[in-house]
Formats: sequence, structure tokens, C-alpha cells
Amino acid sequence: MDNLCRLTIKEASGKLAKGEITSVDLTRAVFERIKDVESKVGAYITLCEEKALGMAEASDQRRKSGKVLSEIDGIPIAVKDLFLTKGVKTTAASKILEDFIPAYESTVTKKLWEAGAVLVGKTNLDQFAMGSSTETSAYNTSKEFNSTTRNPWDLARIPGGSSGGSAAAVAADMCIAAVGTDTGGSIRQPASHCSITGLKPTYGRVSRYGTIAMASSLDQAGPMTKTVEDAAILLRVISGKDKFDATSFEKEVPDYAGNLKSDIKATKIGIPKEFFGEGLDPKVESIVRNAIKVYENLGAEIIPVSLPLAHYALAVYYILMPAEVSSNLARYDGIRFGHSILKSDKKSKSLEEVYNLSRAEGFGAEAQRRIMLGSYVLSAGYYDAYYKKAQKVRRLISDEFDEIFKKIDLLVTPVSPVAAFKFGEKANDPLSMYLSDILTVPVNPAGLPAISIPAGFISENGKDLPVGLQLIGPHWGEQAILNAGHAFQKATDWHKAKPKI
Amino acid sequence: MAKLSKEEIEHIAKLSRLELSDKEKELYSHQLSDVLAYVEQLKQVDTGDVEPMANVTGLQNVWREDKVESSDISYEDISINAPEFREGSFVVPGVFE
Repeated sequence: MDNLCRLTIKEASGKLAKGEITSVDLTRAVFERIKDVESKVGAYITLCEEKALGMAEASDQRRKSGKVLSEIDGIPIAVKDLFLTKGVKTTAASKILEDFIPAYESTVTKKLWEAGAVLVGKTNLDQFAMGSSTETSAYNTSKEFNSTTRNPWDLARIPGGSSGGSAAAVAADMCIAAVGTDTGGSIRQPASHCSITGLKPTYGRVSRYGTIAMASSLDQAGPMTKTVEDAAILLRVISGKDKFDATSFEKEVPDYAGNLKSDIKATKIGIPKEFFGEGLDPKVESIVRNAIKVYENLGAEIIPVSLPLAHYALAVYYILMPAEVSSNLARYDGIRFGHSILKSDKKSKSLEEVYNLSRAEGFGAEAQRRIMLGSYVLSAGYYDAYYKKAQKVRRLISDEFDEIFKKIDLLVTPVSPVAAFKFGEKANDPLSMYLSDILTVPVNPAGLPAISIPAGFISENGKDLPVGLQLIGPHWGEQAILNAGHAFQKATDWHKAKPKI
Repeated sequence: MAKLSKEEIEHIAKLSRLELSDKEKELYSHQLSDVLAYVEQLKQVDTGDVEPMANVTGLQNVWREDKVESSDISYEDISINAPEFREGSFVVPGVFE
């Protein structure tokens, strides 16, 4: 019974349908696994065992009475602590929301529960999704190490970020699947570092309502799963136009999983040379080149291409994102919710001091840095040189991608220049941390869909470290990248490997 | 680019509504300057008359009917997070001195 936690959505769903297992069995198995390894890994900020078992019971009752809500009815799912879950503490991994109990449910999680899924708990992340290692979280969820989340493949290393908790939970089978968010690579990079599948949909595919905002023109929620097939199943559940999110797009949601094809003969795959330049670890490059050969053997046409503006995307991102952050984080002012000096003995302070002190006390350093960067690039005298300029380069980068997708069907690149680094290695050098996003970031300003799938392992200090492969599609090209990912997972076994934990 | 001065950092901190210690001002001044030096490279890109891009979907003016709908958010849901909440309103410090 204790291997039930290792199942995929597809496998578990099949067993539930046949009556071989119950959702309560599945949920118990997940919590048994959590009891085994969570003290080391620290994937979760909040665990919802009692609630989960209640939801599992309800699912089993529904099934008994012949009513099954969806393919994920009864499936235990982990939720990044950036999605508002009504009545369940949501922190964004910050002290400023330490005791925050949301008054409403995010659309993404609402869709999950309406489909019958079971909430395992809220996973750890970089504070306000700002980071690439989960180290900026204010919560030391790994009790054994008294640190933020650890990588199940090598506990001395970070799981990636910002959705590091979700990635670690999936990798360690502490849930059947998870959801995360991606603004500059926050689903794809931890997926790569933890050897799981992570998809960032086209901007506008999934509603951002109730998803704590980082950068409104870049944020997208997406599935983090054990297989591409599972990602396709989950993507369908969470996608769709939402009247509460004016930036969500009116477009039919296909049956991504039902339409999955693994025949990619004659698919034109572009290999952009700029993603294979200086800074890419040769061991990582070797894994990615081998993966490209797999595609060649499957009959795809490999075409070298060039995206000369892609490397400016990081600079564009580190202007636009902080600018939007400075605006989005203005709501944390100690007046209506969150950490506030009004809740302490400093009540008698002025309004200005309520703002300045509540925010300074509640926000971690990275959040403060990005708010300040944003305020600067938007301020009088600097707006044109920085913000407006970045928006113009954004259009050029987006146009460049559009042009390239006229010639090819999808792009294949590495996800990260290096495999998971050690704890603390980049924590004191923000710019160095930002530079590690260089391969995932170009996708977000252009709003393109992209997926990270396990492609192999490199050896470092006697440990096997995962390396992911990134597939980038044109707008609304989710099916194309899912198909290509599925083809790869039929031809290779990398995604089946499990960490020895 | 030259390091941001203490005055500039204080100005930015004021805009950001953040109270910073002297040590933080010094640290952030270095870190922010590093990042700003990195993003300067955008000057190399010829953007001429290019229209700035704010969003990728091209959506504009998404309308809905201006009618009141019921909400499943109660005063209770709101008040549990508020420093002070009375009769449906947040109690706040005076805005004007």
C-alpha cells in the first residue's frame, strides 16, 4: 500500500475507477510518505491532513454513488503557497502574511476542488515568488536542516525556485501532482532541478484570480507533475477564461491529454544557438545535445536557428518585473490585512509609519530589493530610459519569436545553465542568482508556453543531479509541446527515475 | 553606472514606503547598482519608433455589465485579518495631520 504515493495521476485515476484503491488509501499513502521524508525535504509550509482525508472521503462517497467529477477526482494535489485557499492559511512564504487566512479561493484551486481533487497542503516557495532557489522563503520548512526546502536528489542542494516546494513534493512522491506559478522560469527551473515535468502555459490560458500577484503581465500558473500526460490532464482542469481575470483569454480548452500524440515525425525543431553559449555547463550541454539526438531519431527535423535579441530578455525582465512588483506589493500596507504595526504596541504611529514599518518588518530582503528596483525604474526622470525602453525591447523580442515560429514548430533548449547549486552558493549575490534565469526568462515577456521535462543526470560529488530539457512553443502551442514531451517520455525513461530518499 | 548615492536610496525607499536601517541602505545601494549596471545593456538595442508592449494578449477594454452581484465573502472573512474592523469598515489612522 505504501507505494501508492508513487503513482501518477493517470495510474491512480485508473485504479480508482476500477475500485482497486480508494482516495482515502491514496491520501493516507501520501501522508505516510510525508511522515517519512518531509522532515528532511521540507516541501510544505502547511499540511492539511484532516481536511485532505475529509475531501478523500467525499470523493469515495461520490464514486460509490456513481458520480465522478473528473479524471482527477480523489487525487491528492500539492498547492504552491501563492494560491489563495479560502480558510487555509496562505503566506506567499513571507512574514508579512504569516497569519493570513484568505477570504476567497483562487480560480485555479477552485477548479481543482470542483474537479474533486484533494488538497495535501501548501508548498514552500521563494518569498512572493522572487527567486530561483526557494532560499528567500521566510519559512525554514526542513526541520532536519533548519533551512528552506531541500532538493530530494541531493539534500545539500536547492530544489530550484520559486516553485521549489511543489517540485520537491512531486519528486519525493509527497503528492501525486502539484501546481505552481512561473513568471521568469519558476515552474520550469525547479522542475529541471528536481527531475519532474513542469509546464508554463501561454499567458492568458489560466486565470490569475486569487494567485498572489508578482508581475501581472508575466505570471502564469501551471501543472507540476510526474509525467507529461499528467501535465496535460491537469492543464485542462485549470485552464479557461475567467470573468474575474480580465487578462484571461477567451479560447476553447482542448482535451490536451486525449489529443496527446507521440508521433513527431517531420516536426520542425529549432535549436537557437544563443541558448548554448558561454556560461552553459558542458555536462548540462551534453545531456541536452543527447536529447536533441533522440528527437532526430524520432524523425523530427532539427534546424539551427538564431534569436539575437533573446539574451536581452533578462535585462528586460529585471526592469519590467520589479516595476510590476512595486505596484503589486503596494497593497501590503498594514491597513486591511497582513503584518501590521497596528496589531502591536506601536499603534500610536502615523499613517506613513504604519506603511514604512509594517512593510520593512514584514518583507524579506529580496522583496524589498525588487520593490525598490521597481520604484526606481518607474520614477520621474528614469521611466523613459528604463521602463519604457524595456517595454520596447519586449515587443522586439516577442516579434522575433513570432518570426521564428513561422519557420519552425517548436524550440528546444536547456532549462538552466547549471544543475542545482549548493545552499548559500548564490544567496549573497543577487545578480548572480538572477543570471541563472537566463534560459527560462525569454519566454515570459513574449507570453509563450514552455515545458521542462527530465532529460538525464550529471554526476557531481558522487550525486546524480537532474538536468531538464526545455521545449518552447508558439502562442497557444500547448498541444505541440505536450506532444513532443510525450514523445520523449515514450522514447526515454529519465522521467521514471526516483531520488534515493 | 556609478553607485546609487545615499540620498537616492532614501528617495527610493520613501517611494517604496520602506523604513531602512543605515546598514540596509548601504547594502541595497551596492546590490541595486549592480543590477542597474546590468540592465544598462538595453541601450545597445535600437528601438526607434517601436510601440512599447504592456501585455501580450492584445486584449483591450474587457467589459462587463455594471451590476451588483452577491458575494460569498463575509465581514467575518475580512475582519479576521484586519488590525481593526468595525461595522463593515476598516479603522485606520488619520490621513491628514
